[in-house]
Amino acid sequence: MGEIQLMKGNEAVAEAAIRAGLDAYFGYPITPQSEVLEYLTLQRPEERTGMVVLQAESEIAAINMVYGAAGTGKKVMTSSSSPGISLKMEGISYIAGAELPCLIVNVVRGGPGLGTIQPSQADYFQATKGGGHGDYRLLVLAPASVQEMADFVDKGMELAFKYRNPVMILSDGLIGQMMEKVELPQQKERVTEFDPSWATTGKTPDRERNIITSLNLDPEKQYEHNMKLQEKYARMKEDVMYETFDCDDAEFLLVAYGSSARICQKAVNVARSRGKKLGLLRPITLFPFPTEIIAKLSRQVKGILSAELNAGQMVEDVRLAVNGRIPVYHYGTPGGKIYSPDDILKAIDEKLMGGY
Amino acid sequence: MDIKEIIQPENLVHKRTPLMTDATLSYCPGCGHGTAHHLVMEVIEEMGIQQDTIGIAPVGCSVLAYDFMDIDMSQAAHGRAPAVATGIKRLWPEKYVFTYQGDGDLAAIGTAETIHACNRGENIVIIFINNGIYGMTGGQMAPTTLEGMKSSTTPYGRDAKQMGHPLKITELVAQLPGTYYVTRQAVHKAGNVRKTRKAIMKAFEVQRDKKGLAFVEIVSNCNSGWKMTPNESNEWMEEHMFPFYPLGDIKVEGKIVKDLLKELM
Ligand SMILES: Cc1ncc(C[n+]2csc(CCOP(=O)(O)OP(=O)(O)O)c2C)c(N)n1
Ligand code: SF4
Ligand SMILES: [Mg+2]
Repeated sequence: MGEIQLMKGNEAVAEAAIRAGLDAYFGYPITPQSEVLEYLTLQRPEERTGMVVLQAESEIAAINMVYGAAGTGKKVMTSSSSPGISLKMEGISYIAGAELPCLIVNVVRGGPGLGTIQPSQADYFQATKGGGHGDYRLLVLAPASVQEMADFVDKGMELAFKYRNPVMILSDGLIGQMMEKVELPQQKERVTEFDPSWATTGKTPDRERNIITSLNLDPEKQYEHNMKLQEKYARMKEDVMYETFDCDDAEFLLVAYGSSARICQKAVNVARSRGKKLGLLRPITLFPFPTEIIAKLSRQVKGILSAELNAGQMVEDVRLAVNGRIPVYHYGTPGGKIYSPDDILKAIDEKLMGGY
Repeated sequence: MDIKEIIQPENLVHKRTPLMTDATLSYCPGCGHGTAHHLVMEVIEEMGIQQDTIGIAPVGCSVLAYDFMDIDMSQAAHGRAPAVATGIKRLWPEKYVFTYQGDGDLAAIGTAETIHACNRGENIVIIFINNGIYGMTGGQMAPTTLEGMKSSTTPYGRDAKQMGHPLKITELVAQLPGTYYVTRQAVHKAGNVRKTRKAIMKAFEVQRDKKGLAFVEIVSNCNSGWKMTPNESNEWMEEHMFPFYPLGDIKVEGKIVKDLLKELM
């Protein structure tokens, strides 16, 4: 068993970044994720592993530092919260277009605009549908615990390099701020020898120069590039991840991710204790979305409720998976308000089960 | 004497650097960008640092600089080259990193990235092509457009009251402790080309010696955007640009060598 600590989700991400052997972190403070940069600067990662940590002048600068650094072939990450992620979107689009691996953590807060610093899941669309300009996708991981905040750093980096694509950890203010027991991963060595076949490492006589760019002025080439990207996004299906609770005999199904899934799990326990056959499907990857399992469960259950801390976003993907077979409802509280298991149970009674 | 007798190694006064690729330059005939490209590549060749150099191409006419420079390069979003360079340099502190940016890129949309990279003293070289206009997008007003100067978005001339004053970003960054060498040069005449080459060499030496940021402005023409012939544009540049953007070193070895207050007036 690894080292156990009581930590905030944000601290766990930061500690895991050092332990995963990351080469650099570039960030800018914003609530509710400032602890990531604070923890990293406190830990002197430059001494622990040689990892570079830099506070940038803005989120725009931070994501462009990530772009430059990721282009060198090394492991880099940034983190922010909703308004800051919006600022990063141009850079993220460039990173996706140039096919660079990197990790972006979004500790989501309520919006729109400056919104609130309370937890929210209102950035689901932005994270899973691209977010910036152009036809691109991020691979999106949704942690539901402090443990997963830590685990998804290394996992995310692995996937980022597997696909040469930016990976986003879509967390929220609740997971970022709450403290839980976490088993920390072993310290990995920072890899100093790596594949320089595509990275900006300095052109040696034995190879052509490497160019990091998202520009293809020729529409034929840009089309080819886009088709290659689409093929890659389709391939990501093989890494779809989800978890099921009490789904085997379920007659009604909750679909929820991240902190909402935690609340829904409690609701399932209460419902089961009252003899109601409720199950929960928790998507862990939001892109790729666990479409197949939802389609399968839609042949078993009578109705689905997508519970999200927003005005109804993931429900659209659930409906696409269900394809009209059974009713799919949304329950949610946008703007940073958090629902309780009781609210979920009430919504289930009202929307799903009727007089059940 | 026939041509065969003339083209002997001993008669060679200038040779095209192999660090420029064979791709045809995309610049308008007469434009200073091409000369500036050659100079940067010549310096890298002379210092023997091709294997250790990473360049950043901006958004602007020089967006395709990586087609012409035979080194590893990264394209950057509009204005963000100094941040991209920071990311690279922090991970490759022993390599040479430079940005090549226009005035719209460096002094308008990228002002924050420019100032902060300079202020942190990032150990990089910034090559700044000031042509007083947005060349690539068709000749709109740049932050550096002179008062009274016409562009496609100042068709009656730049009115400072309404559109703001031309920005002397180079004098501005010279005042930051992170810059070690700041100079303003030109490439329209042979004498200027020689001086600019020296300045670029010095800038890369500053980086080699880890002294801080070296900033080389090149006041250049944009004959297309200015709607002039190449010759007219060079004359116009001498007559109008140089008085406002005077050539010469501004900061050497970390010390300001010009009366900046006077320059800033
Ligand atoms: C975010 C963004 N805004 C605007 C543009 C359009 N654009 C391309 S080049 C350019 C101006 C470039 O001017 P400058 O930096 O002076 O370079 P020059 O072409 O004169 O060398 C603009 C506004 C863009 N590509 N990206
Ligand atoms: S538009 Fe201006 S800056 Fe661009 S290549 Fe032509 S002359 Fe040069
Ligand atoms: Mg310009």
